[in-house]
Amino acid sequence: MSLHVPSPAAPPLTVDAPVLELRSLTRTHGTGIAEVHALRGISLSVYAGELVAVMGPSGSGKSTLLTLAGGLDTASGGQVIIEGQDISTLGRKGLAALRRRSVGYVFQDYNLIPALTAAENIALPRELDGVSVRKARKEARAALEEMNLLEIADRFPDEMSGGQQQRVAIARALVGDRRLVLADEPTGALDSETGEAVLALLRNRCDQGAAGVMVTHEPRYAAWADRVVFLRDGSIVDQTLTAGADSLLAAGGAE
Amino acid sequence: MSIRHGLLALLERGPRYGSQLRTEFESRTGSTWPLNVGQVYTTLSRLERDGLVAQDGEDDQGHALYSISDAGRTELRAWFETPVDRTNPPRDELAIKLAMAVGAPGVDIRAVIQAQRHHTVKAMQDYTRLKAQSLGQAPANRDEVAWLLVVEQLIFQAEAEARWLDHCESRLIRLAEAAATEPEPGPPPGAAARTAGRSRTRR
Repeated sequence: MSLHVPSPAAPPLTVDAPVLELRSLTRTHGTGIAEVHALRGISLSVYAGELVAVMGPSGSGKSTLLTLAGGLDTASGGQVIIEGQDISTLGRKGLAALRRRSVGYVFQDYNLIPALTAAENIALPRELDGVSVRKARKEARAALEEMNLLEIADRFPDEMSGGQQQRVAIARALVGDRRLVLADEPTGALDSETGEAVLALLRNRCDQGAAGVMVTHEPRYAAWADRVVFLRDGSIVDQTLTAGADSLLAAGGAE
Repeated sequence: MSIRHGLLALLERGPRYGSQLRTEFESRTGSTWPLNVGQVYTTLSRLERDGLVAQDGEDDQGHALYSISDAGRTELRAWFETPVDRTNPPRDELAIKLAMAVGAPGVDIRAVIQAQRHHTVKAMQDYTRLKAQSLGQAPANRDEVAWLLVVEQLIFQAEAEARWLDHCESRLIRLAEAAATEPEPGPPPGAAARTAGRSRTRR
């Protein structure tokens, strides 16, 4: 068999700082005999333009990694650095502001607000961040248009298919200047073709400069990523690299 | 047999010469399984011997043309209508390797599994890039659609392998845990009876 596989896109920027950096991250639950090490010293850097998939068996620490990366949980040790800021140095308000400004989440069950339309759902985080309603809604419509979803701008979540809801959730995750998207099994509830459309969109947003981390147990979706990181028992045991990314590793950009 | 029937399928669309068949076969399958022109002509002469194709003059440039016969059409229809046989699977090196790795001294089977998973997922990343490239240009003709189906088959096949590897790993972990919680095995039943017998005799 002989295939002419296209070269991967240019490796992520090596001069810029990573959008997300995890340094020796640990998370322990319980104490003494009941102590469980969910993460055991994870180091990982994710750059603008890069989509990283995290795979591993249940209980390997995938979801813990994502919640710590997004500041939804507090690490037992190590650092989470988002756009150059160590989130442990920020107060509660500061962290909330950083999350709103820099981090977008995509969940398996979409988490759209049922009483708001697609455009309103996308506009909401911007409005919370102090952007005028008018401007936020304009941005939301522009985001939907860019993703060929303008026709559902005024639909409520229960009037959309699962795939449409998830695409709206991705638009919401990346509206404004947010450059980091954290996706937890974003294709979990979708059929194969719709899941793929969602992945293609996530891939496209990363190609346009976002940094993405996606937890998935589906190898077919992980294959859309530039890099696949394998977790086992709270540690990174292996990762696939795109050609050219070795220089990045040599520079200490990733574990 | 797939080359033989592949050529018949292409010839059903009209007379063709050897290197043209080769080009068309490869564009359908994205050069996944490249053919050399020698293979094409060897196959054509066997098809001709079996009465499934016949030489059919020359084109303007002097290429010898072949066309499909009625018997060839019947053969082709039968091929499309018959499922590909899965009852006699070809030897699978990976399955054999893992089977041999179970309990092999000095072999870390989880490392064997992870090395393969890495390789398989990497191949899936390559295939997915090919597919994304193909989808990006929106398949416009039947060759492009056919190629998309072939590359997706490669992705699904690799995915099945990756899932099977996950399954092997979790099964091995479960078995190891079960073995660890079992009480220390005593001597085999025969040995126990023999020992008991001996002690009775001693008494």
